[in-house]
Amino acid sequence: MRRLLMRWFTRRARVPRVLRIALALMLGSLAIVGIAAPRSSGHAGVPSEGGPGAGGTEFNPPTKSPEPPGQGNPTNAFPDSPALRAEGFNLYQQSCSSCHGMSAQGVPGVAPSLRAVGPGPVDFYLSTGRMPLEQPREEPQRSSRAFTRPQIDTLIAFISSFGGPAAPTANPSAGNLALGFHEFTLSCAGCHQIVARGGITVNAQIPDLQQATAQQIAEAVRMGPYLMPHFDAGQIDQHDLDSIARYILWTRHPTDLGGWGIYNIGPIPEGIVAWFIGLLALVIVARLIGERTGEET
Amino acid sequence: MNLIERHVHGRFERAGRTADERLGVMGGIKWAMRYVFPDHWSFLLGEIALYSFIVLVATGIYLTLYYVPSDSQVIYHGSYPLLQGEQMSEAYRSVLDLSTSVPAGLLFRQVHHWAADVFIAAIVLHLMRVFFTGAYRKPRDLNYFIGLTMLMLAILEGFAGYSLVDDLLSGMGLAIAYSVAMSIPLIGGQLATLIWGGPFPGSSTFWPRLEIVHVLLIPVALAVLITMHLAIIMRQHHSQFPGPGRRERNVVGTPMWPAYALRSIGLLLAVAGVLFLLGGLVQINPIWQWGPYHPYLSENGAQPDWYIGWLIGALRLMPNWELVIGGRTVIPNPFWGGAAFPLAVFGVLFAWPAVERRVTRDIRRHDLLDRPRDRPIRTAIGAAFLSWVVIVFAVGSTDRIFYRLGVSYTTQIHVWRVGIWVIPIVVFFLTRSVWRSLQQSGSHPLRAWQGEVVRRRPDGGVDVIAESPDRSEPERTEPPVGTVPGREFRV
Amino acid sequence: MSRLARLLGFLVAVRAAARAAMGAAADRREPRPAPESDFDPRKRVVPSSRRAEAAVAVLLLLAALFGVGFTVIYVGLGADTQLLGVAIGGALCLLAAAAIVAGKMVVPQETAVEDRGPLLDEQQIETVVEVIEAGAEGISRRGLLIGAGGVAGAALVTAAATPLASLGPTLSGLHLTPWARGIRLVDDQGRPYLAQDIQIGAFYTALPEHSDPEAFGAGLLVVRLPANFLHLPAARRAWAPEGIVAYSKVCPHAGCAISLYRYPTYAPTSQQPAFTCPCHYSTFLPGEGGRVTFGPAGRSLPQLPLMVGSDGYLHAAGPFHEDIGPSWWGVHRSES
Repeated sequence: MRRLLMRWFTRRARVPRVLRIALALMLGSLAIVGIAAPRSSGHAGVPSEGGPGAGGTEFNPPTKSPEPPGQGNPTNAFPDSPALRAEGFNLYQQSCSSCHGMSAQGVPGVAPSLRAVGPGPVDFYLSTGRMPLEQPREEPQRSSRAFTRPQIDTLIAFISSFGGPAAPTANPSAGNLALGFHEFTLSCAGCHQIVARGGITVNAQIPDLQQATAQQIAEAVRMGPYLMPHFDAGQIDQHDLDSIARYILWTRHPTDLGGWGIYNIGPIPEGIVAWFIGLLALVIVARLIGERTGEET
Repeated sequence: MNLIERHVHGRFERAGRTADERLGVMGGIKWAMRYVFPDHWSFLLGEIALYSFIVLVATGIYLTLYYVPSDSQVIYHGSYPLLQGEQMSEAYRSVLDLSTSVPAGLLFRQVHHWAADVFIAAIVLHLMRVFFTGAYRKPRDLNYFIGLTMLMLAILEGFAGYSLVDDLLSGMGLAIAYSVAMSIPLIGGQLATLIWGGPFPGSSTFWPRLEIVHVLLIPVALAVLITMHLAIIMRQHHSQFPGPGRRERNVVGTPMWPAYALRSIGLLLAVAGVLFLLGGLVQINPIWQWGPYHPYLSENGAQPDWYIGWLIGALRLMPNWELVIGGRTVIPNPFWGGAAFPLAVFGVLFAWPAVERRVTRDIRRHDLLDRPRDRPIRTAIGAAFLSWVVIVFAVGSTDRIFYRLGVSYTTQIHVWRVGIWVIPIVVFFLTRSVWRSLQQSGSHPLRAWQGEVVRRRPDGGVDVIAESPDRSEPERTEPPVGTVPGREFRV
Repeated sequence: MSRLARLLGFLVAVRAAARAAMGAAADRREPRPAPESDFDPRKRVVPSSRRAEAAVAVLLLLAALFGVGFTVIYVGLGADTQLLGVAIGGALCLLAAAAIVAGKMVVPQETAVEDRGPLLDEQQIETVVEVIEAGAEGISRRGLLIGAGGVAGAALVTAAATPLASLGPTLSGLHLTPWARGIRLVDDQGRPYLAQDIQIGAFYTALPEHSDPEAFGAGLLVVRLPANFLHLPAARRAWAPEGIVAYSKVCPHAGCAISLYRYPTYAPTSQQPAFTCPCHYSTFLPGEGGRVTFGPAGRSLPQLPLMVGSDGYLHAAGPFHEDIGPSWWGVHRSES
């Protein structure tokens, strides 16, 4: 090993030693920075006031609660039975109680109470794989589900037994695409980007919505997961919600009249194409036309 | 064959006589046809820019026939379903209709936009070639200044062009441009309201004015400057790299007719061809997906076109310093990133020939170019300066880096606030040492050392004392013993 | 002590870098220019390659085919953008290939030498100066004429530039927004906001009733904050009825609409409510009077005082107390 290293260092080559050492240093420091750099975490910039009524009491409510679906609006009924609730209870104890408390009352400074959230948030967080979280301060992000659908149903049944608003739902085919685009631009594009390709804020990543189902969209809009604000039926009524869901599903295959959409995020990929496809092709043509140094005759 | 040849010959003679009787140009045409161009491929980068400009003018003329420079609000009832019933300006609607309802309309729009991106990219690449080969030295410093002016105009022109459409993305950009204009100390408020005809979003006269700037004023200025640029080149003859038979006082290369003219036309056609292929196959600026602009709307991840990317990076990177004296805001924050930074960059570029003249004490005329390795210090300074600008440019995309790689946004900003000063220094030393060793070893950066080492005899002839190794031999990377680095004479 | 040593070391390094940049030692010397050699680079090669000529012909004909294709697609096949682009782009690229092949492999390849010719001609300079001075022969009052000419020129240039001042209005409009006491807050469809409509954890875009929504100062962000997030300065407590606060939607950095709002689901493990601007990520705290916590904005987000009318609707309780939007020389900043 040492021999190899010594040979690499002392071999006479076209690349001067100083450059090799500098390169090694740069790569090394980059690697260190890359490993050590903190992943985005919603680090608490909050003085520990917690939410209303936090600290010292058994009750540890979330800072914002899910909005109800609204009077007369369709809801999504999840399966429910005493057997399901019992199974859910067992599963909950194994997977969730360490943060959310033995009886879903939450743990102060760790995780909120789940007692009044209802089925919507449970379905959203579990079906998108955002929960369970490794660390309480991590940002919940979409990933592979930790539970199967039947397991999720049991957990929903268990948590719903504590009460809370019914789960909203959305029917994309009942929505109007133009209305959805309009509402999405006004209320959602600031975070999620105009064609739902995602983005960032300080300091959280905002997901693209290409894998969201209509049910998940409805649940997210009404509850506002993590740092997202929530929207009640007075602000975004059922028709708006159906339209927004329809628009978001449309963004999976937007109308790319101009050809290859290059991810629909605008000038960054456009600039890359201009330099590395357009200009590069023309530089190759120039190389073919002109002569290279050393070929002069 | 002979008959055809004689026929064609006769035609040429008759045409020549017709022209010469009226214009007396035959002497000039002969001069032009025998005019010699050096053949190096990197001398064609400026031509790529020129031909992109020609495509821009041609497609731009087409677009002006459809564009309506008006901010009157209308309700859309056209063929694109997602914007049905939506309120938008007439300008936006005219471009939307062109993109969705006019045959080949979207093609010409996209070709025009791709041509703008490639135009400025080619200028930047050409500028880099000019800098690293020292082509800006006397007598070409005048042309160099003309070129820099054209770069500034091209950037303004591109920004004006895509802002005419009044879509969500470009509207946000215009608000930022307005803020940068406002931020100019003392006069900014007057200047901004002068240009916009009032506070943002401006009066209804702003749009026809912006169109005239984009369609007439800057293109004419560019055309005049391009003509001067080419005329000066013709007068001075193009510079050339040192090589066999190449001296300061001659030009060695291909005469214009027939080979160079054909190759040049080929390049023009290739530029047009690549741009039309891009315009048809790769989508750019899909304004129907962005929607119309309103001052109370915005979206995440909004970016300007690439040649403004250095400014968004600078604006994001600056700490929130505003100079307030006695209740008056002397220097608002956008000034640093939006005005001071580009002024500094162009200031350095404009000042460079004079600085180099002063430092090297070299005021002679130069027509032979330097290979970058012949000037390690200049190359290193250029690389360091370029890295400074490029890093600021890259900071403009830190949001996407956060999104994809999870490195927090605030961390990136804090790191790069220091990094933009540290990395150019590192780049300077690295580049200088690499290029110095290249200079000493005499090797081409990508190929092994080539050539012969000779010694001049008293009678004027030369003795070859060493030759570059045969290709079949293992590569030698240093000149043979007994040679003096930097003093090989090429034959 | 070690800190001082490090600082000294750093200064030494900076000085060395500066010296190096000034071109110390060997690099300042130019490499000696290559001597005149006996080599004559002129040559002329006539390719006479029938294959190359055939290739050019084929390329030209193919280009013609693509060109015809363009017309056909435009007129008869629905003018699809991608097909049109391939047709005309392909035609141009094939023509380019034909020209390049012709230029490199069909026509005679010649290397010629041309003399640059001198640029500087001392003789001519002298002659020109003499001619200019000869043109002023006999004029006795040169100074007077030159001075008068200068004054006339300056006056005319100023006169020519004066109409520029009429291009735009003066700065008075910059302090105005549509908001004043009593104006009702409505959404983008014109429906007014009831105070009870404003939920915690949501954000609303409001515009002034019966006013141009395109005005720069029109857009508002309205949120309701619970008491533990509301820490307004004493002078502004009355601006937030029932904890509802309103701020200008225009970022005071560079004028983008602020459209990001974060409201935590569980505050102890995440962050407090804040507005963020999507352009350069300036972040403002609605609970603290729009204070900047991150980003390049040089002043806080202007707050609009609100009141709840007897009808339950939200109204502005007065105009903004500072200017909205980006700063300039005369911008009115907040006192606090």
